[in-house]
Amino acid sequence: MRSLKLLAVFMFLGSTAVAQSPTYGVGSTPSAEQIRAWDISISPTGEELPPGRGTSQEGELVYRRQCASCHGVDGEGAGAPRLVKRDAEPNVDPWDYGRILPIRSPYATGVWDYINRGMPVNREGTLTADQVYALTAYLLYLNDVISEDEVLDAQNLPKIEMPNRDNFADLPDWKRGMQRLPDYPF
Amino acid sequence: MGAKRPDRRNFLKGSAAVAGGLTLGAVEPVLGQTTTPSGGFIKGNEELVLYGERSQHVTSVRMAHPPAGRPSPDAYGKYFHIAAPLQDSVGTITPSSLHFVGTTRGAFIPDIDPQEHRLMIHGMVDRPLTFTMEDLKRLPSETRPHFIECAGNRSRPQYKTVQETHGMTSCAEWTGVPLSLLLKEAGIKDSAPWIVCEGEEEVKGASSIPMAKAMDDCLVAYGMNGEAVRPQNGFPLRLLVPGFEGIFNTKYLRRIKVVDRYYMTYNDYGHLNRRGDEAGAALGMLIGPKSVITFPSGGQQLPDRGFYEVSGLAWSGGGAISRVEVSTDGGRRWADAEIRGGAHPMSHARFSYQWTWDGQETELLSRSTDDTGQVQPTRAQIAEFFGERADDESFRVRGMDNSIQPWRIASDGSVHNAIT
Repeated sequence: MRSLKLLAVFMFLGSTAVAQSPTYGVGSTPSAEQIRAWDISISPTGEELPPGRGTSQEGELVYRRQCASCHGVDGEGAGAPRLVKRDAEPNVDPWDYGRILPIRSPYATGVWDYINRGMPVNREGTLTADQVYALTAYLLYLNDVISEDEVLDAQNLPKIEMPNRDNFADLPDWKRGMQRLPDYPF
Repeated sequence: MGAKRPDRRNFLKGSAAVAGGLTLGAVEPVLGQTTTPSGGFIKGNEELVLYGERSQHVTSVRMAHPPAGRPSPDAYGKYFHIAAPLQDSVGTITPSSLHFVGTTRGAFIPDIDPQEHRLMIHGMVDRPLTFTMEDLKRLPSETRPHFIECAGNRSRPQYKTVQETHGMTSCAEWTGVPLSLLLKEAGIKDSAPWIVCEGEEEVKGASSIPMAKAMDDCLVAYGMNGEAVRPQNGFPLRLLVPGFEGIFNTKYLRRIKVVDRYYMTYNDYGHLNRRGDEAGAALGMLIGPKSVITFPSGGQQLPDRGFYEVSGLAWSGGGAISRVEVSTDGGRRWADAEIRGGAHPMSHARFSYQWTWDGQETELLSRSTDDTGQVQPTRAQIAEFFGERADDESFRVRGMDNSIQPWRIASDGSVHNAIT
């Protein structure tokens, strides 16, 4: 018994040591610049946002040149997904505006992130940070989230209260072998 | 050059054996054996020596999904969703050429040079790391069968064939490095609860995955069915997140960021449910126990009464399939089917049931149970659980649809989707 306990202690120490140092030593270390160049994930906190600024008026100009041919002049009516909320009764649940990126997104940072990583189609990654701030401002203005002359930047973008912010159901904490839903036998 | 000599020796030995066999055959021809196949011979050519192809008589093909929906390819050469021909499937593995394809918004397939491809792991780690494909192939690997299923794999009354009702699932044998190994190499900071995984395609699709799952059984796969992952399925690197909704299984994997919170990316929140529908959210994350009879299935024709081996596929996001039952009388009586070829965690299993059709109209159903004890439900059982009615026009199975698929056998032997 005693030796088993000792063995358990050693195994515990052993596993801790493994977790702290690499086992295989394969792979290389990216430089800080390489990481910055690749890291396009924007947290809800906005901590990765680059410097820059933009307004809806500036965004409208970029939109007309680079987005309107697919998304329509006012964010609707063309082949690509609509970008302006559907009409809904006043004071209804904002979920009912539909699954439309700039209004469904829980965070304004998510709107910035998606424009930056995925738009315009076939020219992804060509927008400057200022243009992405401006386009984000324009889409949020079109959807009545911000006013027409608001200047968006890395500091205030994460603070914007999106209409659907608290409108998402929580996901369960995944555990191996768990039932999908408690008391649900299927 | 030296390495080729033993091959040649083996080849010569092999030819001798074949020649011997042929000689025997010529001396004692089997009664009734014709010397020429019905269509003559397939003349060898350089291309077919290098990479084989199936018989011209085998015509099973994929189709754009949903039927009459967005086309694949579209006018620009983008794919949206493509469904696998499960009605023709045998065994458990979907051939790579027939594996279903799903994309988040319609996508071009990136043409990635594996020499140039890199996987970066960074964020809340002790040591950010970049791996080349060569690096990854040096590391200890695992090979496992896993299905991937699209959240849109949902039978509807107007769908006729099993390709239409269930073709957005497929199962391949995947080979790669456990994600947990790579994360341990980088050294995760204790408090990191999520990772964000990102692909190399034009939209750089990114999905958030809970750390508990990332450290459990996820696989960074470079192999699929014995060769490199196909471009339509993520060449050169695809993340497998066994049992989770299809979109988590990030293709063209290029970056994993270890983070302090749920990032709720575009891929994530587009599939999330409304506050108050926690049940839908939970049931949409993992697929439950599911099965479908692939033979006989909708659109097929039984030529006559008599013996048939009923055959189908069963799978679950919760574990391995432990039991499959078949009913040949519309669900009144159920009998155990046999599982052929084994049942692996989060993998298709093939089941078979021996049946003699008496020529009367009837319904065939299958239901599976997984090793966590979850049982595949009928639409009526799901409706009852939520206090709804399955025959209501507004009724919809919440989350990933794992309801039982009924096939009606008409007295003329034709097979029809019996969902109403």
